[in-house]
Amino acid sequence: MGGYILKRLLSAIPVLLGITVIVFLIMAMIPGDPATAILGSYATPENVDRLNRHLGLDRPLWQQYFIWIGNLLQGDFGRSFALNRPVLDEILDRFGATLVLAGTAFMLCAIFGIVAGVVSAARQYGFADKAITAAVILGISVPSFFLGMMMILLFAVKLRWLPVSGMYSMFGGGDLPDLIRHLAMPAIALSLVATGVVARLSRAAMLEVLRQDFIRTARAKGVPERRVIWGHALRAAMVSIIPVLGLQAGFVLSGAVYIEIVFQWPGIGRMLVDAILKRDILLVQGGVVFVAACYVGFNIVVDVVQAWLDPRIKT
Amino acid sequence: MPPFLTRRAAGLLTAAFLASSALTAPALAQTPPGVLVVGQIAEPQALDPHAVTAVNDFRILMNLYDGLVRYAPGTLEVEPALAEEWDISEDGTVYTFTLREGVTFHDGSALDAEAVVWNFDRMLDEDHPLHEATGPFPLSFFFSAIEEVEAMDDRTVRFTLNEPYAPFLSNLAYPTGLIVSPAAVEEHGEDFGRNPSGTGPFMFQEWRSNERVTVVRNPDYWDGPAQSEAVIFRPITDANTRTAEMLAGGIDIMVEVPPVALSQFQGAGFEIAEQAGPHVWFLILNAKEGPFADVRVRQAANYAINKEALVNDVLEGTATVAAGPIAPAFAWAYSEDLDPYPHDPDRARELLADAGAEGATVTFYVTEGGSGMLDPVPMGTAIQADLAAVGFDVRIETYEWNTFLGRVNPGLEGQADMAQMAWMTNDPDTLPFLTLRTDAFPDAGGFNSGYYSNPEVDELLEQARVATDQDERARLYKEMQEIVREDAPWVFVANWVQNAVTSDRVEDFALEPSFFLLLKDVVKN
Repeated sequence: MGGYILKRLLSAIPVLLGITVIVFLIMAMIPGDPATAILGSYATPENVDRLNRHLGLDRPLWQQYFIWIGNLLQGDFGRSFALNRPVLDEILDRFGATLVLAGTAFMLCAIFGIVAGVVSAARQYGFADKAITAAVILGISVPSFFLGMMMILLFAVKLRWLPVSGMYSMFGGGDLPDLIRHLAMPAIALSLVATGVVARLSRAAMLEVLRQDFIRTARAKGVPERRVIWGHALRAAMVSIIPVLGLQAGFVLSGAVYIEIVFQWPGIGRMLVDAILKRDILLVQGGVVFVAACYVGFNIVVDVVQAWLDPRIKT
Repeated sequence: MPPFLTRRAAGLLTAAFLASSALTAPALAQTPPGVLVVGQIAEPQALDPHAVTAVNDFRILMNLYDGLVRYAPGTLEVEPALAEEWDISEDGTVYTFTLREGVTFHDGSALDAEAVVWNFDRMLDEDHPLHEATGPFPLSFFFSAIEEVEAMDDRTVRFTLNEPYAPFLSNLAYPTGLIVSPAAVEEHGEDFGRNPSGTGPFMFQEWRSNERVTVVRNPDYWDGPAQSEAVIFRPITDANTRTAEMLAGGIDIMVEVPPVALSQFQGAGFEIAEQAGPHVWFLILNAKEGPFADVRVRQAANYAINKEALVNDVLEGTATVAAGPIAPAFAWAYSEDLDPYPHDPDRARELLADAGAEGATVTFYVTEGGSGMLDPVPMGTAIQADLAAVGFDVRIETYEWNTFLGRVNPGLEGQADMAQMAWMTNDPDTLPFLTLRTDAFPDAGGFNSGYYSNPEVDELLEQARVATDQDERARLYKEMQEIVREDAPWVFVANWVQNAVTSDRVEDFALEPSFFLLLKDVVKN
């Protein structure tokens, strides 16, 4: 097992290096530069040159890349010029918020998706199966940002049950119930599509397993149906459900961008969008590399868990 | 456990109970009296007035700092602020300011002549110890006419300019001219932008990234203490979310209300404030090549576009029709005799026929958004339709704002015939001087991206910049506006009427023609 983990970790290095090159090149190639973004209407060639010199953007590209990557390896992500603070401070501030949001959404989609899938499969073509399938298709089809706006209109503006946006109240609050109130709508909006996907695939995986011999044996032995479904069958189906969960984690993380904008959630997705629009190069590069590293890390965890559940995978 | 309550039902009930207690705990979305919550359009970049360029940041800065001079309420004319009085030398190159006595910065240090000198040195002198560390200062060229700043005594500062420069006073009233505490900059260095200290009616208290900037009343303010105890600036980037927060009572003041959302606030409980500002929205026409090289075709475009429909239907009344290159908000410099080109498609067709330009193909640069650009995509489409109706064949190319600037600023030659543009300025000089002179062609470092050139206009603008008498400047600008209207280097489209919505708990709120947000006298009940 240790060797397998090490192998997976080593294979992540070229992936991450490749990401640094790609994100660096993209930021270098997209039209419009930070100086123009800062100066707006006043971006005369003279002013742009002056600013670029100040920002170190007058050096050749390869030099800029190696300076950046050299600093990165020492843990120095540089300083965001649009926010006037160290990139890493901003990323860490924001990443916590995204983790809370995406983490909650991920748990919601894992729990409700798997439960819905299992219930559907256990009662194939029954009323529960049909109701869940209909709900799942609806869930998958509604874009999350639209759902988010509709939820704001209903629960925050009309009924006034929940706050419109942000992570904590401006006055009082700051505790866990306050966080839950702010988290409820964005987490549900974000989790819905992923829940639908997980439910559909869990249902398929369960149906596949339920047809197998060991299930028939278990039933023949007189194991209670509840234990057959939730114990024997689900454990076997998890091998195909877990990679889907790994993909959904990525989906939830990237979907958080829209949701963070709609709900003004102070997370990393919104940070990246703002940074791209302002051509805040170091913040974009640092943020993308950081998110990519997290995603790669999460996938290694998923692979390892899968290998642990089903040792045949390691080979 | 009673037999009718199964394990599952008990679990559901517990969950429902937990959820409802979390939902109903304290009263939601009520802001306390005495504290103003302002919905901003974005997170500020920094609270160092010399380091930033965005109107969004200026809205906070103008409440934390003062300049030597400021705009008198409701106008764009300067009045004393930190300087009690000033004297301008006969030739217009030496400005001597006398500072108000007994003013201190929020950090306790004194505002004296040395502090003022230090402010301009940090911005302009590349050898200043904090120039590199706390810069860049993107708008420092506002003060590039300054040759020397000297402290004559504790309360007297003398600016020597390298040539007469009429906009100097209004540049001092702009956020780039606000005075920061040298002691605070020296203490915080590159982090000063997050630990600001000025002399303004509010003092900085806290900045929580992406949540809020909180400022509290300065009890010792030289111009009398502010009405509110505190102001909280909340960044809410999405306009729909900002609208929802305003409707739900989570913010007291909302700026830049999208035109389509205005109707939501017409009823009881809200007040809408409006104010035309120093803004011009126009189409740059490529006068060097292609159909618009002919003045008749440029005039035809001005006649063809239905500006009334644009401001009333597309912009829902959040703008007025522009007549020329100077915004009416500059009341003293604006020519009241100037009439906008009327919407007259027949006249446009005649002019096109005269010029032999029927069916001319026009490439039109449109942006997706951007500072002061209002609603550029729908406006671009409406303009395309108006031009098509008189016989132009208009092809739209749409670009993201920074990409757009990167294409338009170097000049339209070889690329496009027409481009959207908008400017907000603090002096009537700025826009025409940087965009309409022959010496402002892109290769000369200006913004004349359409290559308009008229020696008479050049001469008038040069004279206006060095004249120190305001009446004389006004006369020159008015003459310039008449000529430019006839030459039609642009299609003059709109002047933005900025809006804000306040809840009915807010009193004495007014927008300024400068577009700054001054909150000192605003009451929150």
